[in-house]
Amino acid sequence: MNIHAIRAIYKFEMARTFRTILQSVVSPVVSTSLYFVVFGGAIGSRIAEIDGVTYGAYIVPGLIMLSLLTQSIMNASFGIYFPKFIGTIYEILSAPISSLEIVIGYVGAAATKSIMLGLITLGTAALFVPLHIEHPLWMLGFLALTAVTFSLFGFIIGIWAKSFEQLQVIPMLIVTPLAFLGGSFYSIDMLPPLWRTISLANPVVYLVSGFRWSFFGKSDVAIEISLAITLLFLVACLGIVAWIFKTGYRLKN
Amino acid sequence: MTAIVSISDVSKTYASGFTALKNISLDIHKGEIFALLGPNGAGKTTLINIICGIVRASTGHISADGHDIIDDYRKARFKIGLVPQELTTDAFETVWATVTLSRGLFGRGQNPAHIEKILKDLSLWEKKDSKIMTLSGGMKRRVMIAKALSHEPTILFLDEPSAGVDVELRRDMWEMVRSLRANGVTIILTTHYIEEAEEMADRVGVINKGEIILVEEKQALMRKLGKKEITLELAQPISAIPDSLAHHKLELSGNGHELTYSYDTQGERTGITTLLQDLAQTGIRFRDLNTKQSSLEDIFVDLVRERS
Repeated sequence: MNIHAIRAIYKFEMARTFRTILQSVVSPVVSTSLYFVVFGGAIGSRIAEIDGVTYGAYIVPGLIMLSLLTQSIMNASFGIYFPKFIGTIYEILSAPISSLEIVIGYVGAAATKSIMLGLITLGTAALFVPLHIEHPLWMLGFLALTAVTFSLFGFIIGIWAKSFEQLQVIPMLIVTPLAFLGGSFYSIDMLPPLWRTISLANPVVYLVSGFRWSFFGKSDVAIEISLAITLLFLVACLGIVAWIFKTGYRLKN
Repeated sequence: MTAIVSISDVSKTYASGFTALKNISLDIHKGEIFALLGPNGAGKTTLINIICGIVRASTGHISADGHDIIDDYRKARFKIGLVPQELTTDAFETVWATVTLSRGLFGRGQNPAHIEKILKDLSLWEKKDSKIMTLSGGMKRRVMIAKALSHEPTILFLDEPSAGVDVELRRDMWEMVRSLRANGVTIILTTHYIEEAEEMADRVGVINKGEIILVEEKQALMRKLGKKEITLELAQPISAIPDSLAHHKLELSGNGHELTYSYDTQGERTGITTLLQDLAQTGIRFRDLNTKQSSLEDIFVDLVRERS
């Protein structure tokens, strides 16, 4: 295994994060804080407890998951799209590095960044609401699993995209709506039966539910199902990435 | 001669149906400077990109230093450095960061002393902390070379290295290429500047419409295909070439002041002695005499025209 190459890509990508600290770290933290001010404080104070948890605390896992999904996708998609856009991808393609090593470098860096942001968001949340995490190891496990899975998804988007517009289409028009409608700010048990059933087709429901379980020990769907759906999505993304490198899709002629 | 790059029956047809390369077979000798000449769209860059792993060949096999570029790609690519034609750089990165990245990508551990040496050799040391976007075109070209050399390759591809580079930098680059060759690096360059190939190459390959039409030692090529001309500057202008000189196939130019005679340097008899005797008998006197040999460019243009 070309460890030097993995390290080089990882360090290069992480350096970009710290160089663009305002865009990479501060901006998501500010926007998450605004969610707490609006939903947790202004509106949340008028909403009754859900499953014995105050509304302000209840939305914390959903907000972290929202931030995690969007940041994982954005970081990973931009990380691989930008070399394609400026042409420096030639160096990756001509280096003695396997597709797995490329993925570990880019996806590893993107996942690290989004986990950092998730933890910063959690720290920010703790300033607004009292938090008790019932299953901290599971919480970290879900955080890492979701970050890696959606960074892989972002990596696929970055390879698929032919323009900056396409790079934004899936995160903006599909992932964000799914995250908002996936129980980030409410329990799907609060929905009418028909909408609850429809919501179960939304994969984000399982991510948020599992993650919320790690905080409060309560979930909309069984933890095993949440875990299985997340792992299924991870395997699907791995399969697509393997196919991309095998065929050279949008990378090699 | 040991082949360090061996290309066998390589063809490339793109999904659009365009065939960029047709059954290319070519051996690059260890330690040589090989110039690949060809007009735009001839297939030079496609061939280089296939060897480097950026483009997939439709058919054929290539090995670099004995390693198949597909089955044993790690060892093959480890040996190769590429300076692409386009100035594709990470505009927002520093020179040091981008060269360090290249070294790591090619499987080498950190070696600040080596990178420092490369940057100093390429007169980039003062700019090591500058963002690439702030550099001139010539400096960016040097950065591309530094990246390609960062992992100490033994085979270096220079795809149009002088594109957009001023004369001084071009000369510096030629010096650097010679010095690399002296250290055992094999160099393959594509160029539009025939002067570049003429100045540096040991062997020349000409590619046109995806086919190698000639591979030859540069000196042998120039000897074999080179024509020589003698231009006589006449003491008195003449209005036409006298009939007695017609069989010499002379050209009259310069308002009757110049007579040009072309001959084959490889010919057993050049006909120069007879020409001078005939000129004396006809009473034509000349003030000066110049000789000119075909450049590689003339040869290249003739070859491509001939095959078109």
